[in-house]
Amino acid sequence: MTELMVRDEQGSILRFLTRRRGKIRADWTDWATYLYLFLGVAIMFAPVLWVVTSSFKTPANLAEFPPTFLPYATETVAVEDYDEPLPLYEVKTEGGETRLLAQVRRVGLRAQMVDPANPEAGRIVVPIADAEPVRRISFTFANYARLLSTSGSDLWLFVYNSLFITVVATIITVIMNSMAAFALSKYRFKGNTVALVAILMTLMIPPTVVLVPTYLIVAELGLVGNLWGVILPTVATPTGVFLLRQYMLTIPDELIEAARMDHASEWRIYWRIMLPLSAPALAVVAIFSILSRWNDFLLPLVVLNRREVYTLQLALASFQDENRIQYDQLLAMTTLTALPLAFAFIFLQRYIASGIASTGIK
Amino acid sequence: MLGLQKLLGARRMPWVFLIPNLTAVLLFSLLPVFINIFYSVTGSDRLFPQERPYVGAANYETLLDCGNYLDPSTCSRDLFWRALGNTLLFVPVQVAAMIGIALFTAICINRDIRGRGFFRGIFFFPVMLSPVVVALTWQWILQRNGALNGLLTAVGLPPVNWLVLPDMAFFWSVFVTVWAHMGFFTIILLAGLQSIPRDVYEAAKMDSASPWRVFTRITLPMLKPTLLVVFILCVIRSVQTFDELYVLTGGGPGSATILIVQFIYETGFAIQPRNFGLAAAASLLLGAVLLVFTVIQLRLARGRSYD
Amino acid sequence: MSMKLAAIVPGTALGLLITAAAHAQQITVQCDDLGFGCDTMAPVVERFNQEHAGKTVKLEKVSYQTIVEALPVQLESGEGPDAAIVTDLGGLSRYYLDLTPYVDAAHFEQEFGRTLQWLRGSNPDGEAINGMPTSLTVNGAYVNLTLFEQAGVPVPQEGATWDEWAEAARQVADATQTDFPMEMDRSGHRFASFAISHGAELVDDEGNPVVDDGLRTAIEKFVEWHKNGTMPLDLWGAVGGSTHRELFTDFLNANVVFYFGGSWTLNQMDTEVGDLFEWAVVSAPCGPSSCTVMPGGGALVGFRHTDNPELVGEFINYIAQPENYKEIIAASVEIPAAASLIEGGVDYPSASERTREALATFTNQIPKMAPAAYRFQGWRFQRAMMNALTTRISQVINDELTVDAALERIKQDVELAMDAAKAGNQ
Repeated sequence: MTELMVRDEQGSILRFLTRRRGKIRADWTDWATYLYLFLGVAIMFAPVLWVVTSSFKTPANLAEFPPTFLPYATETVAVEDYDEPLPLYEVKTEGGETRLLAQVRRVGLRAQMVDPANPEAGRIVVPIADAEPVRRISFTFANYARLLSTSGSDLWLFVYNSLFITVVATIITVIMNSMAAFALSKYRFKGNTVALVAILMTLMIPPTVVLVPTYLIVAELGLVGNLWGVILPTVATPTGVFLLRQYMLTIPDELIEAARMDHASEWRIYWRIMLPLSAPALAVVAIFSILSRWNDFLLPLVVLNRREVYTLQLALASFQDENRIQYDQLLAMTTLTALPLAFAFIFLQRYIASGIASTGIK
Repeated sequence: MLGLQKLLGARRMPWVFLIPNLTAVLLFSLLPVFINIFYSVTGSDRLFPQERPYVGAANYETLLDCGNYLDPSTCSRDLFWRALGNTLLFVPVQVAAMIGIALFTAICINRDIRGRGFFRGIFFFPVMLSPVVVALTWQWILQRNGALNGLLTAVGLPPVNWLVLPDMAFFWSVFVTVWAHMGFFTIILLAGLQSIPRDVYEAAKMDSASPWRVFTRITLPMLKPTLLVVFILCVIRSVQTFDELYVLTGGGPGSATILIVQFIYETGFAIQPRNFGLAAAASLLLGAVLLVFTVIQLRLARGRSYD
Repeated sequence: MSMKLAAIVPGTALGLLITAAAHAQQITVQCDDLGFGCDTMAPVVERFNQEHAGKTVKLEKVSYQTIVEALPVQLESGEGPDAAIVTDLGGLSRYYLDLTPYVDAAHFEQEFGRTLQWLRGSNPDGEAINGMPTSLTVNGAYVNLTLFEQAGVPVPQEGATWDEWAEAARQVADATQTDFPMEMDRSGHRFASFAISHGAELVDDEGNPVVDDGLRTAIEKFVEWHKNGTMPLDLWGAVGGSTHRELFTDFLNANVVFYFGGSWTLNQMDTEVGDLFEWAVVSAPCGPSSCTVMPGGGALVGFRHTDNPELVGEFINYIAQPENYKEIIAASVEIPAAASLIEGGVDYPSASERTREALATFTNQIPKMAPAAYRFQGWRFQRAMMNALTTRISQVINDELTVDAALERIKQDVELAMDAAKAGNQ
């Protein structure tokens, strides 16, 4: 088997791609599989890629239809006697040839242009239908600059707040959920089922629906305007308890019995045996907690009422005002906030996959 | 910790492990539900319970006030009924599409192919994006001057105004939510597939069973426990769908894609003055519907595992 | 440092108290960064802090969504900043601090008389001075003059009706193969201009919702325009609920002849259209009843729960001083709310020639606004009515409701909101 793979890798790319277990040639189902998967890749990834490239466009470029995939800017040229650089156009003349002209001003359907090589020749009036702007790919960072200027020098503070919430909430979630999962999977006691049902029932409560009561409780606890006000309501995730319990059920009871023989305390059994053994499942719970806390918006919006406690998502949400959505800002914000996750993802994707795989929900 | 165990006795230790989580659940999940029950029988836009006057069943009456229960436009809160109807259509369609596509993708990735990690990663990627980002990205693509129409125009097809046509908007609501969450279920199913022992397949190959037969006779039965978990999680999430569609369609055109959670959010939070009472009543009615759903689901699941 | 501690130690009430005690004379003002907001106020606030030793006004720049969605809930629970620039003037009125003892009341009455009324939503007959209107926004129509010229259709003059504009826009769109003749933001506020000029009252003197023939005519005509292609379905047809939606990019791309938006897009016009085509802001189209548009705008208000009402009052009074106020208005390129400046005009050094012309046109609409428009703007349940309008009209366009049913629902929606709110005020 190994030998076959080595030989394959030395072979042609086609063979390399079409390798199947035990035979060299691929049948049609393999082609269909690849076709489906690559189509899937296009559909899953293209929108994201497009948002990223669009975030580097100027507002005018963004408003264009049909939209361009890459950001473009009109080429400009400095011409004598004009203070500002003038935009360049390719103009079809009546003779059928094309000339490069710089536009001075445009009124309605006609534009006044000059020849940048020979400005003394005077202005030429050109119907705009015959003029095509000369454009080149150009990435503008103005959207980012404007977005960042709204958060000003406090940017690091917002990053700190976001990180603080994400990290602390995730640690608490992992520990609390695994403790509960341990109790629910490895002990038989009165109230076991009731506790499990109580926790799982909350799985069905949409957080949006209880937003107002949750705020009320946070307010009564005096946690409005405090980072803990968004951490505490989110830590007892029922999905986490559920996933961890399912995983812990698969850990053999003999291990625990053996530890009890050695007079290990229950806490020690949890801390030294169960936690390390459930590492893959813990990773899954941690990753989902990180994703949700980093992306949280609604609860932080109501609870965090002072700028000092803003999260990154709140601070950057200035793309919408009463009358319009500013897409340029929005795209930049999307890219900026999704970027840290994308990096986390590149490093963690192996764990995500193997973690979920090994929870082996049965 | 050993001291604690000595003090309480080993028998009480499970409660020590449970209490932190249970406290948080009681305080931030169950208590809000009870506050909602209280809100639903009181009026006014006041937040604090002591300032809210008791109004009895008035909120429920408002919700249930209909001329003819078969025609939502005769109801005072017609949007509640339309949202309920849309949810009842959306959930089965979306769950079927989600599980079908996720399963197919998982099977494809589970084959002996190159770049499995790459594909797994790409399909999982959208799960990491926040719902608002997902919705705005797709809105940006589907709008009249969006990328999809740009693509259609480029290949010479007439552009379509996707979100203006009720059926199309409904289709895209399902599509976008499947796009965003499919990766999560794909990976769970992939795990399930990988736990099926290979020799079972080898044996089937020996008997030269057709691929379809292999799928229905081996893969599906052995995947059943995983599928059940996926199904339950998928239904629960589907009923809770909100953020993506709220931003993508706002429930439109008209009310073609308004789902029940959006109705509750708008009534209780987005529209001034906020009507916490009515929103709470609607959420409790939703809860009742969900409870019935779950009981049926559990019955079905239990019934199956006995055969 | 105390901030970080506050973030780390749960139950920071103590930490906050210490911070508060150290700066007994500090207030926080929330505002967003658009137009008359944090950015344009900053220089004036800095001056205030310099002139008033020991007193500090801190500007806190937040997103618009925070002010609309989060602030009201916070105020309800007694939290939130000491002052803010808000746009839901009537709806939040019960949290406002009465500034009468701290400001020059006569000056406020004289300069902001009409708009002060908007801030008295919960007690319309009162005399309280609940804040200072910042800038006025005005709805209005943008017209692509180049398309008119190309089509050879004369541009309707001042006094032209909505129907005449629609007819002309259709002709122009036909002749120039432009996608759409007319568009209007999906906003109850924009629609109110159209409805009131068709005779709709929307709200009566007692503050009750009015659903009359004027509103019926307006809705019927509006729906008809969507059915016959005068207006595209993207805005009012495609979106549901109370969601706001605009497609001003259509106007920027010359895909529409006539766009009904408002004064706040002027800056965008300037930077993005440049000289691609000739455009103008035109006088308000007329209906059978009046040629009105809707006024709007924010107000700088103080909140009752503040510990430093004198400082809040002193600060707002300072901003309202003519020279300070004028400086902020000029910097934000907006229409002033102060009577003397509307009459005398403001010099906008940073604006282009065309923007100044357009601002002048917008300002000229102010005296023509119908009383109903002012009444509606100051009504405490304006938001409820506007949400009902957008939701129900979209339903009619999508054949989910008849016009009659829609009118009935609009009334019901608002009455339900009023019942809910009133229950708490008994």
